[in-house]
Amino acid sequence: MANEALVTQLIRLADDHLILGHRLSEWCGHAPMLEEDLAMPNIALDLLGQARALYTYAGAVENKGRDEDAIAYNRIEREYTNLLLCERANGDFAHTMLRQLFFSLFMHNFWQAALSSSDETVAAIAGKAVKESDYHVRHTAQWVIRLGDGTEESAERTAQALRQLTPYLKELFEADDIALLCTDEKWLPNPAVLEAAWKDEVTQIFNQAKLLLPDYELGQSGGRQGRHTESMGYLLTELQFMQRSYPNMQW
Amino acid sequence: MYSQGLNDKNLETAETPEFLAAFQARIDADEKIEPNDPMPEAYRKTLIRQIGQHAHSEIVGMLPEANWITRAPTLRRKTALLAKVQDEGGHGLYLYSAAETLGVSREQMTEELLSGKAKYSSIFNYPTVSWADMGAIGWLVDGAAIMNQVPLCRCSYGPYARAMIRVCKEESFHQRQGYELMISLCMGAPAQKDMAQDALNRWWWPSLMMFGPPDGDSLHSDQSAAWKIKRFTNDELRQKFIDATVKQAEHLGLTVPDPDLVWNEAKNNGNGGYDFGEIDWNDFWKVVKGHGPMNKDRIAARTRAWEEGAWVREAALAYAEKQKHHTAQQAQG
Repeated sequence: MANEALVTQLIRLADDHLILGHRLSEWCGHAPMLEEDLAMPNIALDLLGQARALYTYAGAVENKGRDEDAIAYNRIEREYTNLLLCERANGDFAHTMLRQLFFSLFMHNFWQAALSSSDETVAAIAGKAVKESDYHVRHTAQWVIRLGDGTEESAERTAQALRQLTPYLKELFEADDIALLCTDEKWLPNPAVLEAAWKDEVTQIFNQAKLLLPDYELGQSGGRQGRHTESMGYLLTELQFMQRSYPNMQW
Repeated sequence: MYSQGLNDKNLETAETPEFLAAFQARIDADEKIEPNDPMPEAYRKTLIRQIGQHAHSEIVGMLPEANWITRAPTLRRKTALLAKVQDEGGHGLYLYSAAETLGVSREQMTEELLSGKAKYSSIFNYPTVSWADMGAIGWLVDGAAIMNQVPLCRCSYGPYARAMIRVCKEESFHQRQGYELMISLCMGAPAQKDMAQDALNRWWWPSLMMFGPPDGDSLHSDQSAAWKIKRFTNDELRQKFIDATVKQAEHLGLTVPDPDLVWNEAKNNGNGGYDFGEIDWNDFWKVVKGHGPMNKDRIAARTRAWEEGAWVREAALAYAEKQKHHTAQQAQG
């Protein structure tokens, strides 16, 4: 029972990283400048690496013979349990950077707390991920500040991105019974506990970016139960294209 | 905005016969020419054209492979492909930087690419229509690129030669990665092997065209050879590529789509080599002149990225200006 909760929670986290990494990788070759054509795939590669470690470990704990690819690719939409924030379409560069900042700030605190997990594998994954997410926060915070306090157009686009992303913030901090069971066992941090620090950090960055964090209490949720936004089906159509066209092959 | 200030220097040189002879003597002595050294204007222009074209090829070359990142069939393959495309962006960056040492800005070079004035390798004007194309590009396209580029590590212009050392190391890794992908397809189900054969059929001839027109028709070869920018002719490199690659295709159990391909003991001074069929140079020139299957799409994608990114680049500059102003005010206060 407890192990099942751990598997569920590991897959939720892995899905966040896979799906957001997928979105970020859509920019590859199309970024506003060459430096960002290197930086965004770099972040996407880190997210993908974290997803792989989490899927692999979930498969091992589950012990039913599923490897990283079986979990990552062979499910229907209702079985993907990522945060809705992670699946939102890229929009413009301001939207992509702000989405990443919100997620990476959350994950940076999450991994920091997970360093003292009672589960050695989780602690080891956190050890690597905390350094990576620290870079993701620095990179995206710099961009949000530059864009928020850049030109009139960039400020307007950043404000618009904030309006579009606000409904997806509340879900970051939701903790259901499964999450709480993992917290009780000291396997994984409680997302709800991370909210105050996240808000403080966002506010500090937003002060420099000339933005105000709106109230997000009326936000959307459902990702953790596999209830997605309309864009998710299209994302999975691409992600699973080869598995659907050529089932059960080795690549 | 990307130039490095070298443009300000007075780069005019009086190209007297003595100056040109002295320059050629440095080249003949295998000395490296460095950014601040005097050099004939034609040497500078040739290098700007060639390095720029090379940088553009890396950047445009990201597109056909990026086309499969979101559809890669395993997480391991996805990671490798994403990292590979990122490496290509990195090659573009060092090459633009190498070209900038000759007094041209990245912005200028980008504008020339988008206007069609500057060229890039025609191979990227073919579409990637199956997963096997990711293997075929690594194996054949990167394989051909290596044949072309390894000699450039000894090119007379220092910054280009040094950039090429790193580029070639990474390309060689990509080539092996592509070949490994082909092996996995050829050892797989019949549908996978068919996919691999189809990819070889489509990429073989365009890969041979990557070495450029036959030696007799090549515009820039003689002078570039004298300046040690180009060390082997197009036909020599093409032959070397075919001789190495046919054996690799045999190992995969695939058929090279050339009925005239036959081993000829007498070739390569008696060391043997393959005779091969006629390359369709009309097709080559058609693609070079902008009428390949993907020319318009590739330039449209680069133009869109450049135009839609303009507000981001402007914001970054505006923010930097504000910060500078702010720091200056603090210093006064």
